Order: sequence, then C-alpha cells, then structure tokens
Amino acid sequence: MSVQVITGNHAAGYALSVAGEANRTARGVACGIYPITPQTEIVEYVAKFPFSKGRVVPVESEHSAMAVSMGASMSGARSFTASSSNGLAYMAENIMVAGYYRLPIVMVAVNRTLGPPWNIWADQGDTLMLRDFAWLQFYCENNQEVLDTTLLAFKLAEDRRILLPALTCMDAFIVSHTQTETELPEQADVDRFLPDLDLPHRLHYDEARTLGGLAWPHEGLSMRLEIEEAMKRVPEVYQECRENFTDVFGRDPGDMIQPFETDDAELVLIASGTIATTVREVVRRRRDAGEKVGLVKLKMFRPFPGAALRDACKSATRVAVLDRNYAAGAGGIFCQDIRGAFQGHRDDVMIQNYLTGLCGGDVTPDVIDDIFADLSSRTAAGDPMWAGIDSGEEALQ
Amino acid sequence: MTATAAIHTSEKCLLRPGNTNCGGCGMSVGLTMLGRALSEADDSCTLVIPACCGIVTAGAFPTTSYAVPTIATTFASSPAVASGVASIRDLNDEPGQVICWAGDGGTYDIGLATLSAAAERNENIIYMCYDNEIYGNTGGQRSSATPAGARTTTTPWGKIEGKKDIMSIMVAHRIPYAATLSLAHPDDFAQKMSTALSIKGMRFLLLHSPCPTGWKSEPEDSIALVRLAVGSGLFPVYEVFDGATYRVSVKPDGTDPAEYFHRQRRFKDEEIDLDATRRACSDRMQRLQSLAEQFPPDK
Repeated sequence: MSVQVITGNHAAGYALSVAGEANRTARGVACGIYPITPQTEIVEYVAKFPFSKGRVVPVESEHSAMAVSMGASMSGARSFTASSSNGLAYMAENIMVAGYYRLPIVMVAVNRTLGPPWNIWADQGDTLMLRDFAWLQFYCENNQEVLDTTLLAFKLAEDRRILLPALTCMDAFIVSHTQTETELPEQADVDRFLPDLDLPHRLHYDEARTLGGLAWPHEGLSMRLEIEEAMKRVPEVYQECRENFTDVFGRDPGDMIQPFETDDAELVLIASGTIATTVREVVRRRRDAGEKVGLVKLKMFRPFPGAALRDACKSATRVAVLDRNYAAGAGGIFCQDIRGAFQGHRDDVMIQNYLTGLCGGDVTPDVIDDIFADLSSRTAAGDPMWAGIDSGEEALQ
Repeated sequence: MTATAAIHTSEKCLLRPGNTNCGGCGMSVGLTMLGRALSEADDSCTLVIPACCGIVTAGAFPTTSYAVPTIATTFASSPAVASGVASIRDLNDEPGQVICWAGDGGTYDIGLATLSAAAERNENIIYMCYDNEIYGNTGGQRSSATPAGARTTTTPWGKIEGKKDIMSIMVAHRIPYAATLSLAHPDDFAQKMSTALSIKGMRFLLLHSPCPTGWKSEPEDSIALVRLAVGSGLFPVYEVFDGATYRVSVKPDGTDPAEYFHRQRRFKDEEIDLDATRRACSDRMQRLQSLAEQFPPDK
C-alpha cells in the first residue's frame, strides 16, 4: 500500500488496470477505449499499463469501445471501459445490451453535462440517462472512494449471485482532475481480493451456444425477472464485498448509503457526489449551533436503496433532495425515486426537491444554507426549486 | 474428410436443418458453403452476427440453428465485438476463426465506421458480408448496396443512386485479403475460403446473395441470377491481397445483363439503361483486369 497525491482519473485508471491484471491467471483482460473530456486520462492510464495477459483496443467510438469490452467479457475475460457525457449517450445502445447480457463489465463515468450547449463541467444527467438499464450505479465523492468503489464493483458485478455490470461515477473536474492523497493498493492484495473470473455463461469456442437470439415473451420475461432477483440480492452481497475489502485492504470502502448525524435529525438533506462533502460540513456547523439536521449521502443509486433510505430518515419530518441533474419537465431524478420509496411508508415526511449545481455550477455552503432556510420555513412541498442560481421566481434568493 | 461427407455430418453442419429461412435464400447457401470450407480446412469458428436475417436464422431461445458458438450484436457493432472475442481467443491460444456474418445494411451503412476501424487495426477476424442489396430483415428497404433502378419499399419508383463500391473501400484499407464470392461458382468460393482461412489479420469477403423476397424473383432462379451477374460483369469476381495485388478469378463470359434485370420484378425493363450498364460493366472489368495484369499476386 502506498499513498500518492493523484487525481480522481488516476485513481480510476489504477483501479481498472490492477483489477484487469488480477485476471492474468484466468482468461486475461481486454477492453475498448475511447477518449472524451474529462475522463481521457483514465483510458490513457489503461493504455500504457503493462498487462501480463491483456489487450487494450483503441477504437473509433464509444459505441465500439463498449462493443469490444462486451466481446471480451462474453469470452470470459475481465473487462471495463470509461466514458462521460455525450460519449455515454453515443455508447448507450451497447451499455443497455451489456446489462441484459449479464456481463460483469465495470465502467467508470465522469459525470459531465450533456451538450448542447457545450459544457465540460459536472452534472449527473449523463449517467442518470442510463438509470433504467440493468447496471449497478455508484456515485463517489472523492478520489479514494472512486478507487475503492471501482475495485469493489468488480467483485460485486462478478459475484454469481449478481452478474450485472457496474458504473462508478465521479463529478467532472471536482474529483476527476483534483489531486488528493490516495492510498493505492498493491497488486498482490488486489489479486487476493479479486479471484479469477469464471463467467458461467461465457462462450466456449467448441460449444454451440447462441447468445442473444430471439426469445419469446415468457422467456424474455423470465430473464428480466432474474435480473430483478439479482438486483434484490445486491445489498446483502455488497456488505459481504465491503467486509472482504476491509479485511484485505484495511480500509472501509463505505456503505451504499452514508447517513451523517441523522439519528435525531428533523431536517435531512439527501445528496450525492461532491455536493455531499459540502453538505456534511454545513451540517457539522449547524449541529455545533444546536440544530437537529443531518445528511444522507446516496452512494448507490441502482439498485435503489429505498428501505435503507427510509431507515436513515426515521426521525426526519422534512427531507430535501439535492439533484445535480434534471429530467426535463419532471424535476430531479433522485427525488423521483426517493418520493417513490417514501410513499405509502412514510407519508408524514415532507420531501422537497432542489435542483442545484447543474451544468457545473458551484454548490457552496451558502447555497446549502439557503436550502436549509427554505426547507425549515416550508409548510408543504412544492415544485422543484432551482437553488444556487438567479433565474426567476422559482429560484431561491 | 471430403466436403460432401462433412456437410452430412450434423456436428460439422454450420447451418442446421429446420431453420425458417426463405426458399432460394442466398445467405443460407452461403452459410452452408462456409461450413463446408471450415470442415475442409478442419477449422472452426465463432459467429458474430449483427441485426440482420443472419441472426433471425438462429431461431428462438433456447434452440439455435447454428452449430457453432454465436453472438448476436447490435446493428453497428459486429467487428468491434469480434475484436474483443478474437483478442481473448489469441491471448488464450485457442483455435478457430472469429467470423462476422453481416448483411449489406450492417456493412455498407450503419456498421461502416466500425468495420473501417477494425480493418485499420488489422484485427485477426474474417468479415463476411452477404449482400442481398436490400434491408431484407425489415421487409425490403433501400441500402447503399441497392443498385440503381431497383424498387424497394423506400424507393418505390426505383433507386436513383448507384451501388456503393464497398470492395474499393475495403481494399483502400490495405487489409491482407479482400475477395468477392459468387454462389454460382462454388469451386472459386471454396478456393477463396481456403485462402482466407490460411491468412491472419483482417479478411473481407463479399458474397452476392440473392433474396427472392426482396428481389421479387423466383426462388429457383437464385443461382441462375447470380451466375448472370458474374457472366455479364455486373458482379466482378476477384480477390485483392494487401490492397495491392489483384486477381480476377472468374471472367465475364459476354452474357448480356438484360436477362439479369428481366428476371427480377424489382426492376422494370424499360427503366434500365442497358447501354450505360454494359459500358459501366465493361469499364469496371477492364480496370480490374488491367490492375490484375499490372499487379499480379506473387502467391
């Protein structure tokens, strides 16, 4: 284990590479790569990694990058890729296919605003566009979490009880390009953590099996139900993987949701990514002033941890959901699922949606204070509020 | 093992009996001939098939008409998926070919960028395009492989533009081997498959594939039609090594192209400019012949 000052992209590139290398005693590793700002350094890191049994294929598009990774994965190799923003949109068809093929591919996504207008800064709209595909989704707030979650994602995705691809996400530039101290695990420990991949439905060159042909409605439905069953097993398997990670690396990679000061909190803010870091500091300050406020960091968005969220908010009367994303005409995307998780279980909780930090806008402690002020003064939830910008009557001042 | 024996052995039969393909389907005959060539060479393959009739051929889960491992890919992805499969095959020193089996839609149109990139990387795969000059699987719409004059559901008054020259595009990538195949010339087909199987790197094979449903022709005419296309020079049969050396393997025999058009109801006789067609065929064959004479293969 060494500690280095590296960027989030470096952390992600390292995690993908050592995970791939760990499969050298099995069928190896191969992946397709394609650059896009701000994730380019990830695929550059992978391209120069000296794999003992691997091939990195620099292709002509994101769509083909995922296609190469799928071909490798179907052949029983470990596989991964990375992308961002419009690149994910271009790749989307094959992202969906990888999920329905039950291929344990891990992708690191740097959350960047979808264009137009041209914008390279943080916004989660790109990966949340993929929310309904059969992928696990994790949102990370710092470099260490990116590295740890990426390694953990391989173990989780490749577990026979799961066999679904996983997406590790980080905010553009705020994480991807910011250098912080990060613990880099040794290859030998990664080898111990990630056993040889043995994909049960992989192709064998001498076995006549057709992957992905026609299936009648009842067969297709049963395959969808199997995905649903696998999704339901994720929370339990996640905890196993997390414990194993802690044993091997001596560090807790963190839970699926991470409550902070919520035990007696009346006001709870739910946030993800780097916004959670800022909210945590504001909560700490307000706690010092005697306010009963708390934070729930939503790390895992798919499968959606509804029960755990309700449990973390058990003392809350008011909940604010901060969304760095926007479903045009329907408000924040996290908020929609959170409302769904509370309805019928905790109808006493007022849930208000705040859209903030979109298109890379800064979410400062002042913005969080404005949100707390609005939330505590409310008598009822209303339309989603645009926070942190000056844009007409619906915006917070 | 002889080709005839191989095809009657169910384990070696690439396309199994009982599939639901149309009568007179050129693609089905092509698959059978591909299976024979593999048996002859004691080789095997994994098929990588994008959206096209070729994957419908597999039939419904959990059965399959293919006697080899087969992957269905998205429409534009087969050469990229094949790149991943071939990479892992090679890293594990496993035998067998990785063969993309794609229609003209997946080759000339939606998959062209993916194909070009795989060719530029000289991936160790075989790419076979069964060119029926139409989007057959969706019921007969134009593709950029559809020849001028052909009526399709999206060119109801006949296509104005001519057929894209995919071979020249692939040859321009200077891949190790590019060749055209005709079902009417099975010995040449077998010879070229044998050549392709013995070469490493990117190999591109273009098969003129009759489609009675889309061509509005009689199923029993399929082989006769592609024979007319070769005889008249409408479909040149040749091979190109390394993008550099040429061989015309079946020369046109002076057949008039009129009969080819007349026997397909996708064409209207009175709309085909036969003089221009004869000139175009003759010019193209002369050009290929001259390339073959100037730059013959040394193998």
